[in-house]
Amino acid sequence: MSNRAIRVLIAKPGLDGHDRGAKVIARALRDAGMEVIYTGLRQTPEMIAEAALQEDVDVVGLSILSGAHMALVPRVRQMLNQNGLEDVPLVVGGIIPDDDHAPLMALGVSAIFGPGASTEDIAAHIRSLVEARAGGEMA
Amino acid sequence: MIELAQRLIAGDRRALARLLSHVENEREGVEQALAVLFAHTGRAYVVGVTGAPGTGKSSLVNALAKACRARGQTVGILAVDPTSPFTGGAILGDRIRMRDLAGDGGVFIRSMATRGSLGGLARAARDAVRLLDAAGFDLVLVETVGAGQSEVEIARAAHTTLVVEAPGLGDDVQAIKAGMLEIADVLVVNKADRPGAVNTVRALKAMLELGHPAARSQMISHHGRLMPAAAPVNGEENAALWIPPVVQTVATEDQGIGELLAALDAHRAYLAGGEALARREREQIAIELTDRLRDTLLAEALAALPPAALAALAEQVQARELDPQGAVQRLLAALPGR
Repeated sequence: MSNRAIRVLIAKPGLDGHDRGAKVIARALRDAGMEVIYTGLRQTPEMIAEAALQEDVDVVGLSILSGAHMALVPRVRQMLNQNGLEDVPLVVGGIIPDDDHAPLMALGVSAIFGPGASTEDIAAHIRSLVEARAGGEMA
Repeated sequence: MIELAQRLIAGDRRALARLLSHVENEREGVEQALAVLFAHTGRAYVVGVTGAPGTGKSSLVNALAKACRARGQTVGILAVDPTSPFTGGAILGDRIRMRDLAGDGGVFIRSMATRGSLGGLARAARDAVRLLDAAGFDLVLVETVGAGQSEVEIARAAHTTLVVEAPGLGDDVQAIKAGMLEIADVLVVNKADRPGAVNTVRALKAMLELGHPAARSQMISHHGRLMPAAAPVNGEENAALWIPPVVQTVATEDQGIGELLAALDAHRAYLAGGEALARREREQIAIELTDRLRDTLLAEALAALPPAALAALAEQVQARELDPQGAVQRLLAALPGR
């Protein structure tokens, strides 16, 4: 296990073209020593789930600024589960109104990061998710 | 692990993804899975794709994979990107250019970071290719940035090595310096719709005439006069020479991909036609065995040495009391059983 690196998929589902945030996060996670698979814009939930499977990532991060998160996030979760990736945590970033936080968390989203979230916090959260999962694997 | 291997053979994509991670992480026990799977390898045709950053390798792999899918071949792709030497992290962005392949069950794309060790990458990449091979993909494309020795080695560990160039990336001397021409079985000038493409093609062809070992037995053009080149060629190789073709493509427009596919097929037929394929495989296996032997011996030596031995000698070398090779001799002498 000497060579273990945390692998994160950063994806932008849906149709908005604002990928600055996703790129900032991708870079910050790389600087935190993680391997970031960046899929680019306009990904369907099916594409994201398939990429998560092929890349065997530890965590999936979605960046959504279109307002379509209540439609996209459950669909991504469902597709991940269909691929046997029930245990892969989902993290969401972007513009998510406060009222939608609780329903998204109820869908199995592990954290939501809005504008102003520190990249250190995001990296630390992802690290803790992976450690929790690794602990579960050993049990 | 063995169970994962059996699931991989049965076509389970999740098992393939997991085993690829285990290979990358050098997870304990993965050797057993690889040993089981080895009997199922040797069927895929492996093409290495390398070139400088920005030449359009990922787009080319995307276009090639699409074309191969169109003729019914399944395609496994291994895309290697560099790890940051400062943080150990990496951004693996090759999938951005491979959007067209998403959702196709006959394609499997895996991104791999170069991580720390030189030898480790070559081993992980070879094993990853074997996993894709055992999983039954007809064609395995391995994409690496042709920037470092180990990346170039990976692209070479293929049946056909494709070197991608683009117009405007430096003159012909750059191409010789980088040492990329010697390893190419097929040369691609991508982005051929850009100005300067004709010059790049001409420069590459000129360099090939002068520099490629296969071309030396040919007549070369010198001041407009054809002259026989003098270099001796051994008899076996002379029977069938492969001179790397230069193919122009615009990968993002799917232009020239048919020609490129034809060139790959021609090289494959050339290899299969004579002793060349067997010889190439034997040479590659010999290189791999040497690499593995070196890695294994090194690991064993480091494990067998007293923990502080290396650090203590490093201090002596730093103080100029001992030269580096002398220090290594002492380390060797300190190994048990010597």
